[in-house]
Amino acid sequence: MERKSAAFTVFIYACAALLAVVILAPIAWLFVMSISPAADLAAKPLRWWPQAADFSRYQQLLSTAENSAGAAFTASLRNSLEVAGMATVAALLLAIPAGWAVSRTPSIGWSLSMVIATYMLPPVALAVPLYMGLSYLGLLNNVFGLAVVYLTILAPFTTWLMKSGFDAIPREIEAAAMIDGAGLFQTLRIITLPLAAPVVATSALFAVLLAWDEFFYALLFTSDQRAKTLTVAIADLAGGRVSDYGLIATAGVLAALPPVLIGLVMQRALISGLTSGGVKG
Amino acid sequence: MSGTWMTTRAWLLMLPLLMVMVAVIGWPLVDTVGLSFTDAKLVGTAGNFVGIDNYTKMLSSSNFSRTLVTTTWFAVASVAIEMVIGVLAALLLNQEFRGRTFLRALMILPWALPTVVNATLWRLIYNPEYGALNGALTQLHLIDAYRSWLGEPGTALAALIIADCWKNFPLVALIALAALQAVPRDITAASLVDGAGPFARFRFVILPYLAGPLMVALVLRTIEAFKVFDIIWVMTRGGPANSTRTLSILVYQEAFSFQRAGSGASLALIVTLLVTVLALAYAALVKKTAGSAT
Repeated sequence: MERKSAAFTVFIYACAALLAVVILAPIAWLFVMSISPAADLAAKPLRWWPQAADFSRYQQLLSTAENSAGAAFTASLRNSLEVAGMATVAALLLAIPAGWAVSRTPSIGWSLSMVIATYMLPPVALAVPLYMGLSYLGLLNNVFGLAVVYLTILAPFTTWLMKSGFDAIPREIEAAAMIDGAGLFQTLRIITLPLAAPVVATSALFAVLLAWDEFFYALLFTSDQRAKTLTVAIADLAGGRVSDYGLIATAGVLAALPPVLIGLVMQRALISGLTSGGVKG
Repeated sequence: MSGTWMTTRAWLLMLPLLMVMVAVIGWPLVDTVGLSFTDAKLVGTAGNFVGIDNYTKMLSSSNFSRTLVTTTWFAVASVAIEMVIGVLAALLLNQEFRGRTFLRALMILPWALPTVVNATLWRLIYNPEYGALNGALTQLHLIDAYRSWLGEPGTALAALIIADCWKNFPLVALIALAALQAVPRDITAASLVDGAGPFARFRFVILPYLAGPLMVALVLRTIEAFKVFDIIWVMTRGGPANSTRTLSILVYQEAFSFQRAGSGASLALIVTLLVTVLALAYAALVKKTAGSAT
């Protein structure tokens, strides 16, 4: 085994502490800003910890009183949930049959490769026709229209994840069920899908994270509270004339909370999902 | 069951996905190509055919060449820093020490933080009047007066690169860590017996295991960095004095701010072509690395 000197151990712990600080400091500061009184944030020298924690901004943003900052924020929160939900369900409905088909019939795999290759396309290469198309269909500034556009990002990714998931389920199990007289769809419903449930869940979470994070299309295709998503609402706050930086920070904390919780709870599945692409190529 | 029926059935199951992909990706892409040969505006008339005018105009403009340099600089610098820090962090996390599991869980945080929230957070940190960076540096007596990190052309791009690296190096670290854990223990032990120093060990024993996964991470990160829009739009909108304007920002301005759909489309396709060439070059490299590593 490796020989470990005391100096090496000290060095390892020092590096670990440095890494922890690098990761945590910006996130901690976002939270501190959200609970610091405005005067503390404007103080020189800067006050790093509030004299009295002030959670009123959370209340302010989550209130639904007419024409308040809260009304705009909660509307965008609802829009983000709706768009992410619709796009994720639609992506899975497309991805599960397609992923299974490619997994069991490798000869059509090239069609999935083509779908995945669209990842290289910058969204700006599709944006103008999508804008004109949505405008023609009356779906600009509409959560449904935005969810359809999000399929450009979500569907290839979830199909690829589902395909790797089905690859791990031996086809002999399906064959056995079919010999026992089960039809194809019965086999898939009773045997394959329950076995694939963890992969479906992982794909769904990835899809939700991607949709929650999306900014470019939402910026282009939404214009007011009826469809603006959280990312656009936060960019508005950050770029606007808001004098209270704590309020921007609070919006950031609230928007980050769902994906960060998903990330922490699903660590293991997320890491294996991320690295399966990296390791297998 | 016959092979042709299996194949037909597979195509039927692929069909919904392929139809949607044609509608939301295939058709828009073809339409972009068509638009790029016209002088169409974003709203109103369909525009007239102008041949390759848009392309020659865009490629010869000084805006394009300057933006290409900015984009390349952003992509190369941020990806290089992310790879180096990511691998170092992975080597650290592969050691045994107390709190390792906790530290590994922390790595998820920057990755899970939405890009726009990350950009907003760093924009607040760099704030010229109240920002934490100014506060910290003055309190440590490293600078005398508050500076406008995102407001000066000399520092804005570097400030953006730091913000981008902070969010993305943990992903590289997690991918590298997974690869490191696949290195068999007896091989590293054998290299110790053979008297390999830490650097020789890294170069000849560990790196071959890392090369494949790291190449994939490198490809994906480079493509994303080349397409970058969100973080720059939220932090600087391409300013000050266009010093942080990347290709995607330029396309956005051309097609949506100035409503010139035709020339915007030609620019978007030039970007697409650049990314494709980059990806193909990398793909060849990945194949080579994968071949030599095993």
